[in-house]
Amino acid sequence: MRARKGFGDKQASSEKGDIMKILVPVKRVIDYNVKVRVRSDETGVDLANVKMSMNPFDEIATEEAIRLKEVGIATEVVVVSIGPEKAQDQIRQSLAMGADRGLLIKTDEMVEPLAVAKLLKAVVEEEKPDLVILGKQAIDDDSNQTGQMLAALLGWGQGTFASKLEKDGDALKVTREIDGGLQTIALKLPAIVTTDLRLNEPRYATLPNIMKAKKKPLEIKAVDAYGVDIAPRLEILKVTEPPTRQAGVKVDTVADLIGKLKNEVGVL
Amino acid sequence: MAVLVIGDVRGGALDGATLKSVTAAKAIDADVDILIAGEGVDAAAASASDIVGVRKVLRVDDGVYDNNLAEPLADLIVALAGDYAAIVKSATSVGKNVLPRVAALLDVMQVSEVTEILAADTFVRPTYAGNAMQTVKSNDRVKVITVRVSSFDAAQLGGSAPTEAIDARGNPELSCFVGEELTNSERPELTGAKIVISGGRSLGSSENFMELIFPLADKLGAAVGASRAAVDAGYVPNDYQVGQTGKVVAPELYIAVGISGAIQHLAGMKDSKVIVAINSDEEAPIFHVADYGLVADLFEALPELNDALC
Ligand SMILES: Cc1cc2nc3c(=O)[nH]c(=O)nc-3n(C[C@H](O)[C@H](O)[C@H](O)COP(=O)(O)OP(=O)(O)OC[C@H]3O[C@@H](n4cnc5c(N)ncnc54)[C@H](O)[C@@H]3O)c2cc1C
Ligand SMILES: Nc1ncnc2c1ncn2[C@@H]1O[C@H](COP(=O)(O)O)[C@@H](O)[C@H]1O
Repeated sequence: MRARKGFGDKQASSEKGDIMKILVPVKRVIDYNVKVRVRSDETGVDLANVKMSMNPFDEIATEEAIRLKEVGIATEVVVVSIGPEKAQDQIRQSLAMGADRGLLIKTDEMVEPLAVAKLLKAVVEEEKPDLVILGKQAIDDDSNQTGQMLAALLGWGQGTFASKLEKDGDALKVTREIDGGLQTIALKLPAIVTTDLRLNEPRYATLPNIMKAKKKPLEIKAVDAYGVDIAPRLEILKVTEPPTRQAGVKVDTVADLIGKLKNEVGVL
Repeated sequence: MAVLVIGDVRGGALDGATLKSVTAAKAIDADVDILIAGEGVDAAAASASDIVGVRKVLRVDDGVYDNNLAEPLADLIVALAGDYAAIVKSATSVGKNVLPRVAALLDVMQVSEVTEILAADTFVRPTYAGNAMQTVKSNDRVKVITVRVSSFDAAQLGGSAPTEAIDARGNPELSCFVGEELTNSERPELTGAKIVISGGRSLGSSENFMELIFPLADKLGAAVGASRAAVDAGYVPNDYQVGQTGKVVAPELYIAVGISGAIQHLAGMKDSKVIVAINSDEEAPIFHVADYGLVADLFEALPELNDALC
């Protein structure tokens, strides 16, 4: 059993596993406010000089991990990103929010979810967290895969699209957003959780905390250090604009609107 | 080689999403099998064998699959995967939860939310909230894909595929079901509805949703949706959210009431056939995609609309 560090009675009453180490993977993505432009040669989208940010779901993941630490359920929050040199900015943001330590696995390649999951598995084997909290979806590739894949590779249980987490003895109770409502499951630890929008509202990093975060440890490693094959499995043949919709007409009154819907499109 | 479609079972019945998955699967190969798993799924299996063009239905009658827990369901699919060129599932919350787990266990990359199938190994899928369409070729041995339900037509009924009972796999017992809270609704399901009416932040309260949006939906036989802002504010349940990270709909008619038209919302509805927007701000971006725009205060326009429709 590991030592308990002066927790309140509520936590101290549960068994082993009440002091968790949490790993939070964060991705550097195009800011959610930016309207992306597809490159005219159809090879991808234009990322030159656009604002980049932490994937919003990963801010939620960071926030949740920090809250678990604040209530004494977690001891340490480690943040990891796989991406370019600049992804340090996003790791620093997590550190400024309250995470303890960061790791950048540096690469300028596009890394697919399967390869990200393999790298994260290697990190998990080194760091031995009890819980990994990821975002449910990166808003650039919109894959919604990495957490589930990591769970599969580790042979762990998964609580995806979480809108509520509760520690319940040895288990973690996860309320999930599903089609038709909410589902609650209990996960054996260690486990994987992915965040949905309603899990929490991430805090802003304060200036003093941003300053403090600059002194927190941030290790940088090369992808090669992990011996993981990150060659893409999907060949991107082209990237195109979606069909554009023409703006239609403005109608003046409700009666006009009903008339158009009845007569011009026949949908009513 | 054949394609395995993972059926969608809801409350013991086959969900319409499966019909869309079958259409997608048919574009990959003519031989399509459907897996139906859960306890007492005879009715669902019978509906599946009714789908035209299905080769056979694989029925696994076991309660371990009732709540769609990812771990046992993924193990079952992986055990069956060997015989198939592709595994296809609707991009529902179950599909999104389970299929990436299957893909990783098979050491393949999943192709998410496919909207078009160009060849057995080539797919179109949206990225960046639908603002960049990727055409990807999968070089993996087995293609594991989730398909966007709103992008495919339903397969026809009237077939008579044989059903084969197969054994369950064990439960790895990594998670267990505790409970669920489902939104009971008499209204059509959001992703399958012909008409959708959605409200935004400006509705202001769940009471206003009740008084202004729901009656109108009932008159139109419409499903009700919402923007993230309306859901976050608690006006309607979570699963009403339409958008990049909510549900994607493409009804005949989409009515956006008091919704600004953020890219994340547009991602979930811009493929609707006819879009109507009611918004008091004539500059609201939603008007860029609307076929018919009414610049008006929703608190005046909706009651008027309600009265005008009988
Ligand atoms: C990671 C991420 C994921 C997201 N996913 C989604 C998603 O899936 N779906 C989604 O919808 N959003 C999503 N969003 C949120 C999105 O960016 C917008 O914030 C949200 O869509 C805004 O909702 P809204 O249009 O209701 O509110 P607002 O943007 O506040 O717009 C309200 C509108 O109501 C109009 N209005 C005000 N009063 C009246 C009146 N009396 N009568 C008529 N009109 C009136 C205003 O002119 C305005 O246009 C996401 C955001 C992030 C960061
Ligand atoms: N390159 C990456 N570095 C760190 N975390 C990542 C990376 N890619 C994906 N993730 C994590 O996986 C989640 C889901 O991403 P995706 O499966 O790509 O939609 C994200 O919200 C992150 O938590």
